[in-house]
Amino acid sequence: MSDHHAGEPLVSIKSVSRRFGDVQALEQVSLEIRQGEFFALLGPSGCGKTTLLRILAGFEHPDSGSVTLDGNDLLAVPPHRRPVNLMFQSYALFPHMSVEKNIAYGLERDRVPKREIRERVDAVLATVGLTGLARRRPHQLSGGQRQRVALARAIVKRPRLLLLDEPLSALDKKVRAEMQLELKRLQHEVGITFVVVTHDQEEAMSLADRIAVMSEGRVRQVDAPVPLYERPADLFVADFIGANNLVTGVVTTEGLRVPDVGLLPCPAAPDAVGATATLAVRPERVRLGADGVLVGVVRDVTFFGGTTRVAVDVTGLDRPLLATVAGAAAVGVGDKTRVDWSGSDAVLLDRT
Amino acid sequence: MRRFSWLYVPAGLTYLFLYLPIVVLVVMSFNAADTPYRWDGFDTAWYGRLFADRAIREGLINTLVVAAGATALSTVLGTLLAVGLARHTRSKLLDAIAVAPAVLPDIVLAIGLLAFYTAVQFTLGLHSILLAHTVFGTAFVAAVVRTRLAHVDGSLEEASRDLGATAAHTFVRITLPSLAPGIIAGALLAFSLSIDEFVIAFFTAGPQDPTLPIVIYSMVRFGVTPEINALATLLLAVSFTFVIAAQRLSRLTESL
Repeated sequence: MSDHHAGEPLVSIKSVSRRFGDVQALEQVSLEIRQGEFFALLGPSGCGKTTLLRILAGFEHPDSGSVTLDGNDLLAVPPHRRPVNLMFQSYALFPHMSVEKNIAYGLERDRVPKREIRERVDAVLATVGLTGLARRRPHQLSGGQRQRVALARAIVKRPRLLLLDEPLSALDKKVRAEMQLELKRLQHEVGITFVVVTHDQEEAMSLADRIAVMSEGRVRQVDAPVPLYERPADLFVADFIGANNLVTGVVTTEGLRVPDVGLLPCPAAPDAVGATATLAVRPERVRLGADGVLVGVVRDVTFFGGTTRVAVDVTGLDRPLLATVAGAAAVGVGDKTRVDWSGSDAVLLDRT
Repeated sequence: MRRFSWLYVPAGLTYLFLYLPIVVLVVMSFNAADTPYRWDGFDTAWYGRLFADRAIREGLINTLVVAAGATALSTVLGTLLAVGLARHTRSKLLDAIAVAPAVLPDIVLAIGLLAFYTAVQFTLGLHSILLAHTVFGTAFVAAVVRTRLAHVDGSLEEASRDLGATAAHTFVRITLPSLAPGIIAGALLAFSLSIDEFVIAFFTAGPQDPTLPIVIYSMVRFGVTPEINALATLLLAVSFTFVIAAQRLSRLTESL
């Protein structure tokens, strides 16, 4: 094993900003990526995640801030000398070279002996499950196979850091699920730190150990998938990750007071009493039919097989409350129902 | 069998209109008689006479020298120009100016070049024609390579850099091979345009070394001889070969 230990910071990004004309692509971004982890940069398009990835690869330079890898300044190193490899969204396979030539390209640049190149190419082809396709040209491969070649080409150099730009976006749904598992297995097997850029929150949640949620050039929250889902730090994260019921009101000692609606259950927040805040509660935490505090009319029932989503119109709220129940719903459209949740299942956000 | 459609009639007439003069030319080049008013039977004698003619032979050599030199220069310049335009500028104007010599009327280019050569007191000769042909050749190569570049994924070069290649190595190993079909098609085009170019060559030639089209022009002033027909037929064969080869290559380009 190497002298690097899992959990130690590998990459340290400090106050990085980048501006393109009128657009602030990155604004004072600071992040730490740990040795050996699977890290995701998640956000809607235009949030700056790709710019950050390109800064790590060396194709873009920040206006200010610093980036270190293993404690050394990364920004001073040109892209071809960085121990960092990038898997491009388009895969960027060289069309005039065979699969094995594509994979060997980076090793040849490092002047690795011919014999060792052959061994390492064979080994990586076996790792990604492409043994036997070494002599094919990229245009003779399927989308999933091309992606495996791109992955093999990026990991064969054993980089300290592997960057993946929207790795699954070009694949159809079935292959995507397969590759998702494959990526996780591979990351485990090769022990390289992965940073994946994606706009797909489910992809990020299922792949990554930790996720940085970005919006408008800023990092909103960095957390593991479960805390990110259960304890979003702000309104953007609460709304972007999964479905959420959001209600704004004034915090009191008994709950959240919402005009025309009443008192809603919310976690105790003695220091926030009197402040305006937004309450976020996940649909699967919302209970129907019990002796709930709210009364509403069922507007819509959607059956997904394992679960059912029920939308309930509550007088005074501009959006219907969503509730997810296991199995089929006991209520139908037009039924009156009571709604509530336990205060500890909700989160108070953006207190002012 | 497919049903006959009346729409084939205008199509056929159009092709006839386009190619009848050329067919007449080719047929007449094999005419034993020395006038187009009579058919004395099939004969290849005019081709023999053609190769014996010193003026034509020298004209042909001059033309090949000019075409080869102009093609070499314009292929290098045009390729670099296209890559530079695509990678380092977003100016539509620069783009348009780069390919303008390809669409400018020949006579404009010819007069302009002659005026320029006179102004800088450049002696006229094969070299002045060669440079003149390089002007429009570069524009054609740049235009063809530019089209090819639009089809090439820009991240290929970044991938090469990412895998440890220097900028120079990337240009040789990745950029040039992916542009090769376009570069070759551009070169073939520049060559075939140069060998039969008359107007610009006529203006920029010195008194000593006429190119083949100029030789032909001075010969036909005294009437078209069957010898000229034979020569034109040969030129036709060469041009066709080059144009078809260029087209094949650019089609190959798209499939990559």
